[in-house]
This record gives sequence, C-alpha cells and structure tokens, in this order.
Amino acid sequence: MFDLIVIGAGPAGLAGARTAAGKGLTVLVLDEQPRPGGQIYRDVERAAPLRGDILGKDYTAGLDLARGLDHAKITHVPAATVWQIEAGTNVFYTQDGVAREARGKRLLLATGALERPMPIPGWTLPGVMGAGAAQILLKQSGIVPERAVLAGAGPLLYLVAAQMVRMGAPPLALVETQTRSDFLRALKHLPGALAGWRYLLKGAGMLSELRRAGIPRYTGATRLRVEGGVQAEALSFRAGGTDRRLEAETVLLHHGVVPHVQAARSIGIPHRWHAGQNCFVPERGAGGRTVVETVYIAGDGAGIGGAKAAALAGRLAALHIAADLGALPETDRDREAAPLQAGLTAELAARPFLDAAYPPFAEALSPDDATIICRCEEVTAGDIRRYAGMGCLGPNQTKAFGRPGMGPCQGRYCGLSVTALLSEAHGAPPDATGYYRIRPPIKPVTLGELAALSKPKGKSE
Amino acid sequence: METDYAIIGGGVVGLSVAWGLLKRGRTVTVLDGEDGSFRASRGNFGLVWVQSKGMKQPRYARWSQQSAAAWADFAAELSDATGREMGLRQDGGYDLHFSEETLAKTVSEYEGLKEKLGGDYPFEVLGSNALRREEPNIGPSVVGAILHHQDGHTNPLKLLQALAEDVRRLGGHVINGKQVTGVDKTDLFRLTCADGTEVRARKTVLSAGLGAMVLGPAMGFKAPIRPQRGQVLITEKMPKIINRPSLVARQVDEGGIQIGATNEEVDFDDTVTQSALARLAADAVTAYPILARAQLVRSWGALRILSPDGLPIYQESPVMPGAYLVTCHSGVTLSAAHARFLPDWLEGNPDAPDLEVFSEARFS
Amino acid sequence: MKPAFRSTTLPGPTVRVTFEDEVLYLPDGENLAAAMLAAGIGVFRETPVSGAPRGPFCMMGACFDCLVEIDGTTRQACLTPVSDGLEIRKPRGPRDV
Repeated sequence: MFDLIVIGAGPAGLAGARTAAGKGLTVLVLDEQPRPGGQIYRDVERAAPLRGDILGKDYTAGLDLARGLDHAKITHVPAATVWQIEAGTNVFYTQDGVAREARGKRLLLATGALERPMPIPGWTLPGVMGAGAAQILLKQSGIVPERAVLAGAGPLLYLVAAQMVRMGAPPLALVETQTRSDFLRALKHLPGALAGWRYLLKGAGMLSELRRAGIPRYTGATRLRVEGGVQAEALSFRAGGTDRRLEAETVLLHHGVVPHVQAARSIGIPHRWHAGQNCFVPERGAGGRTVVETVYIAGDGAGIGGAKAAALAGRLAALHIAADLGALPETDRDREAAPLQAGLTAELAARPFLDAAYPPFAEALSPDDATIICRCEEVTAGDIRRYAGMGCLGPNQTKAFGRPGMGPCQGRYCGLSVTALLSEAHGAPPDATGYYRIRPPIKPVTLGELAALSKPKGKSE
Repeated sequence: METDYAIIGGGVVGLSVAWGLLKRGRTVTVLDGEDGSFRASRGNFGLVWVQSKGMKQPRYARWSQQSAAAWADFAAELSDATGREMGLRQDGGYDLHFSEETLAKTVSEYEGLKEKLGGDYPFEVLGSNALRREEPNIGPSVVGAILHHQDGHTNPLKLLQALAEDVRRLGGHVINGKQVTGVDKTDLFRLTCADGTEVRARKTVLSAGLGAMVLGPAMGFKAPIRPQRGQVLITEKMPKIINRPSLVARQVDEGGIQIGATNEEVDFDDTVTQSALARLAADAVTAYPILARAQLVRSWGALRILSPDGLPIYQESPVMPGAYLVTCHSGVTLSAAHARFLPDWLEGNPDAPDLEVFSEARFS
Repeated sequence: MKPAFRSTTLPGPTVRVTFEDEVLYLPDGENLAAAMLAAGIGVFRETPVSGAPRGPFCMMGACFDCLVEIDGTTRQACLTPVSDGLEIRKPRGPRDV
C-alpha cells in the first residue's frame, strides 16, 4: 500500500507527488500518457530539446516538474489507464494489457482539463479538432496543419497561432467569437487582472506577433459552420456584417477549457456550477480535500487556473495530505502553505477578466437543432430539446429517451451541452438540472482484463 | 385537477397501465418522480422472459406466458402510433449450463412445470454441439443450454420512450418531478405532492417501484417489498456475436453486448463494485470467450423491486377501495399484460384475469 | 493532394505498419494518431450509428474519435505508440456483417 496515489502527471500531479515524496511519503503516480507532463507540458522531456524555443519558456518550465518524478519514494507508472476507483483508496488500472489494483492511504486526483465542447454545424467532420489537439500534435510530434483556420475565443487561440507561425505554418485566419461588449463587460475585472499583468503582457505580445505575421483576424464572428463532405473543406461565418467562407482542411475550435470531471464524479464527489467559468467544479475544502475523506483534488480538474496555479495547488494538497497522515506537523504545514496560497491567489488574479473577455461562444451553447451534440451516439440538439418537451428534466433521463452520454466518451464531450440545453429549455439553473451520473469504467477496459481480476469461483466476496 | 385514474410512478409499470387505461377511454394522470430517483425502468436487462418464472407458482409462469404472447401485438401498436421500433426479438432464449448436473436438474424442474401447465411450455435441450450450431461463439465450458421458445428481448429504453410518447398522445397527463407525500380519500382520492401539487382521482394505482415501501403502508397495503441490486455491464458496439439472449449476456439492438447481473441484498445502494464487475466479466468470457477482447464502456447498478417470493403483487387496498398496488420485478416482460389485461382487473370487469394468487393475502 | 499535416522534424527510424491493408512507414515510437495524420490519413473510422467519417479530435484520449482496431481490440490511436508490424484496421461495428 502506498501513502499516496496520484492520478495524472500534469503540473498538479507532478508537483504534488514531488512535495509528498519530499515529506517522506511513498507515492505512486499513475498517468495515461507514455511520458509525464499531462497536456500542457505534453511530452516535455522529449520535446523541449527539439522544439523548446518555438514552444516557449512557459512550456519548458515543465521540465523541472517532469524530472521531479526521479525520486526514491516515487513510483511512476506511465501508459496506465485508470478505470475504477473504489472506497476512496483502491485504484484499478490497466497497463500493457494487464489490469491491476493499487491501494493508497490517500488519493490525489489531478486529471486536469478538457476543451469545452464547441458544437457547431459540421464539427464532427474529420479535419476538425480542438486547438488544444493541434497544440499537442505540435508539441509532441512536431507536426503542423498546413491550411488551418482557428475559431472560437480565448488566449489559447493566440498561443497556438503564434506557435504555428514560428513553425512556418501560419494559420489562414483567426475567427474569434468574442465581441467588443464582452471586453467592456470584462473591464470591471481589470483591476484584479492587473495583478496578473504578466499574463496580459504575454497576450499582448502574442497579438503583435500575429499582427507582424499578417494573420487575418475576425472578431465578433457568428454563424460558424464547418462545410465539407467526407472531410472539412471550409469554415463559413459572419463577421463585420459580411458572410464569409474560408477554405481550410483543418479547423481548430476552442472556446475555453473545463475541468475533466470523470474520475471525481465517478466516486461521488459533488460538483457545483461556477457561473464565471461556465462549468461544474468539484466541492473541496482546505488543501483540496473533498467530501470523500481520503481523496484530494488539485489543478485544472478542480477549477481552471492554468499550469502554474495547478503546480501550486498540487503542492498545497501534498502538504495537507502529509499533515493528514502525520508526516508533517500542522504548524509546519500552515507555514509552508502560506506563500503557496499567496502565489495561487496571484496566479488566479487574471482569470475573471479573461473569462469575461473571452466567454464561450453563445451559439455553441445553444446550437441549431440539426447540430450533433453527442458525437458518440450522434444525438442532436434538436433531439435534446424534444426530450425536454416530453418531460425530460435532467441528463440521466435523456439516456432513457435517446442515447446521449452512453457512448465510449461517457459524456466528456456532450455532458455540458446536454445540461445547458435542458437548463435553457426548462429555465432552470445548471445545478438544478444536474449532470450525467458517471460510473465505472471511467475509461474502457476489456472484459478479459477485468475477468483476470476476479476471485476464483468458490471464494467469498 | 381531477381524473379517472391517478398513477403514482411513471416507469414501465405505471406507463403500461396508463396506456391500457387510456385505450379504454379513461382519463389518466401520471405523477412521475425525479431525474435522480432509483428508476428501475432505466436499469433493467430488457428480457421478455418466460423460462424460470413461476417454478413454484404455475400461475406466474402462465401470466408471464400470456404477456409474452401479447407482446408482439402490443409492440406493433406502439410502433405504429409512435413510429418507433421496440427492437423486439422473440426467437427464444437460453438458460446456459456449465455442468451436466445443473442442466439435468433444471430440465426435470421444467418438465414438472410443463405438466402443471398442461403441456404448454415449449423448451428443448441443446447439447454442446447443437448449441454451437446455434451460437458459433459459445465457449467450450458451456455443456449445454435449455432453449425456451417463448423467450425474447427488447430495447427497454425504446419501450419507455414509446410509452411516454403514446401516453401523452392518447391524452394522458404526465407530470414530472413530483414526489407524492400523501394520499387521502373522501369520495375522491386526493394525492398531495411535496411541491404542493394536488391531484384528485376516482381511482389510484401505486406503481412507484421502491417508493411503495413508504407510500404503500400509508395507503393500507402491506407492500413487503425490498430492493435487490443488479449490476450490469455493457460493451462497445460490436459485429453480431450472440444470436439469442440469456441471463448471462445478450446483444442489444444497437450492437453492444449486455452482461448481467448480480443479485445483491444491499439496501438502497445502486453503485457498482469492482468485484462484481470482474465476476460478471469472467462469467461472460467463460460463456463467450471471444468477448475477452471486447471493451467495457459502461456499467450500472439498478435496484429490483422484490416481494418475498419474487412474484408480482396486485392488490386493492382494504382501507381505501379504489387504490391498487401494482408492483413486480419483471416490468418489461409484464408490460404487455399490464397494458392489455391488468386494466380489466382495475376496472372490475367480468372478464378480468384472476390475479388472486398475486394478492397480499399470501403474506401472513 | 498534399497531406493536411506536415512534419517539421527530421524523420527518425520508421517501421512498417498497415492500415486497412495499405502499407505505411511510420516513425517508430511516435504517437500513432499523429503519425497517421502526418501520413495523410484523415479518416480513421466510420461511426457505428450512421457510418459517418471520423478522425482525431482531442488528441488526449477523451473523445474516442480516433478509435482503431489493433489485434482484435478497439483502441485509441492517440494513446498508442507506433511499433513494428502493427496491423491497424477501422473498428468493426454492428453495421458490419
């Protein structure tokens, strides 16, 4: 049995693991990727020497964190897919086709974020992917799309565009959905945002880089739709009072990131709607402890804050876990936590401004009837509205009316959309509407792998 | 709001009864619960099953047969009205056996029941070679199976959806998100909900699944029901692997393989456990070894509503005449009977089925 | 027709794989989904529900649009490393007889 099992080797998990090990705890780090870094520092140990200058210092900062896994008390299991967590301490995962069980006195969920689903007509065509996905291709594999349009809202669009420019494959255009009034509404958060002036400066820097590279930008765009037969061929939209159509084989969509909640929800951690971030976030107390006593949660999976905030939150959680296990006196914990907490507050300062200045694309939150909402089962927005009209109040009932959320992704890319559509149809707040009930397996596991874990016939449960 | 029938519970039992009453020209209001309630109708296996029912009570076997025989026509009528297919297949179903002893024992039990049913119990025994001709993917550990020709399966969610739609189309009034907290009767029944909604009705049907544990006694029923958990697995969508259903596994109309189920006495706990998932997976792989490579994508736990002998309960309240308890754990199999035959009993028609064996008199 | 994606790194050692019986030489150990995209493959599968074409969408193992069948098991290409001799197929679903 380990003192601590960390699920996720992104910044929160890496920082948490290292801090915990530093306090003498035995730590198991389970991560789905073959090499550490999560998504934001994806494959950083391999990619930083190759592309670090293009990807920037924000990326290469992940190197130290990744190297932090090299510690006598840390066992890192890469390419491990966690599919069930039981009793807040038992973790079932598959590595290399073999299912295993690990036990920890405490768990730290550091499962990070997903791109917010952005259902627009044609978004399921091959060639359409998240801007984050394109960035992963760039970071890990050094491949760039040749004829791509970026669409949506948020600073990630600018970062990906800038990285593409530096790699010699400038995007054809940025089609941005945020409006001037979004910016004006965001200004009330500006004083707080100025505490995060580094972020704002960075953003401004990227925008001038894009300007120098001559990348066309459209803002206040509406009526976004991807056109194509078998694959994406163009993005059409309306901006500045004109209808436009940009031919592109690759359309990169992004309108924010949201916590990846599958693991947390699967063990019954309650979530609450966060209006500013337009997503559900897990309920947690000091140090990221959840209502499930042995389980802590840190990083973007607990609420979007970015990589630096995630690392700080991971360290904070580790301090609380160490104190909880008696390896660290509480006074020491509080003393070490104080600067981390202050750092975290500073890191999060710019978020309300950014969230308000780059809100989710309204049309994607309430798409046309014909737009697919559940990619796996091909259920449309119109279907969900129809279920609502038939008395369906919540997402779990929609599973009885259609099949949204029942495919392999288990609602990762439709959950928020279904909740939004039902909330809109019934005039109910998202907390009242609810979200899919998430059950194991949180990732697929073969029946053979699962069967191998069963006790032989005749033994008692 | 006044209606002929108020039906407490809008799952497969309540909606089937509502549909049948509407077809007879009655006015019906269905009070349905919350999105997060236990909702057994969303978690069941989808079998339309005759074999193994009523081994100790032939009347139950007969009731199941009557329902199975009426199912195709019922499904066709629902399909015509709603444009939806139920995915009904009635090509027979298996009881799979992994030892000659259990196979022989079950066959002899079935022979006994067949006699009591006057010979109307069409089953045959398939040895392993005959079974393999019918099911090419069956595993070597399966020594044989009993194939019962009256068994079948359907898509229970499509059934629910069609019933929900057609009940509304037929003029039924369905109100969702209602928790009935009180029922009293003067000359009419008055049902009161937690949010203050009131419904008045000439008659009331309590078909609220586990909700009857609380409401039942308040309405004069014994309602000796208890929850029993069944955990079920479902795989990714696959090419055709399994032709006929069994209690071990069936291939649903959408392509996934559904594997079940446990029988656990765990009170109101519908979570899934790793040990049960592993055991169900092991049993499925033993029966169909090709499933070893199939990816499990979902699991669920649902609570059956069980009476002490596992049989349905059909009872009129001794203290509130006109209030009826309708509860069972085979809501899908009995959906046709609840839609076609039970309304006659609720109406007190002369040609109503004799359901005395299902009354609460059997619980002393 | 030029592939939609271009590789910006010098090619390392490649290994021989097949996709639906078509021979490809992909960089050993590379992310399979990335390698297939760079090789010009945009459509990875057709959906079991309607037969619609799909390709990678999230690249982080969450969307399941990059599913391929390797050795009889359906896997996410974005979580699979390229290795010698992989026989990759589109996943077979209920629409296949």
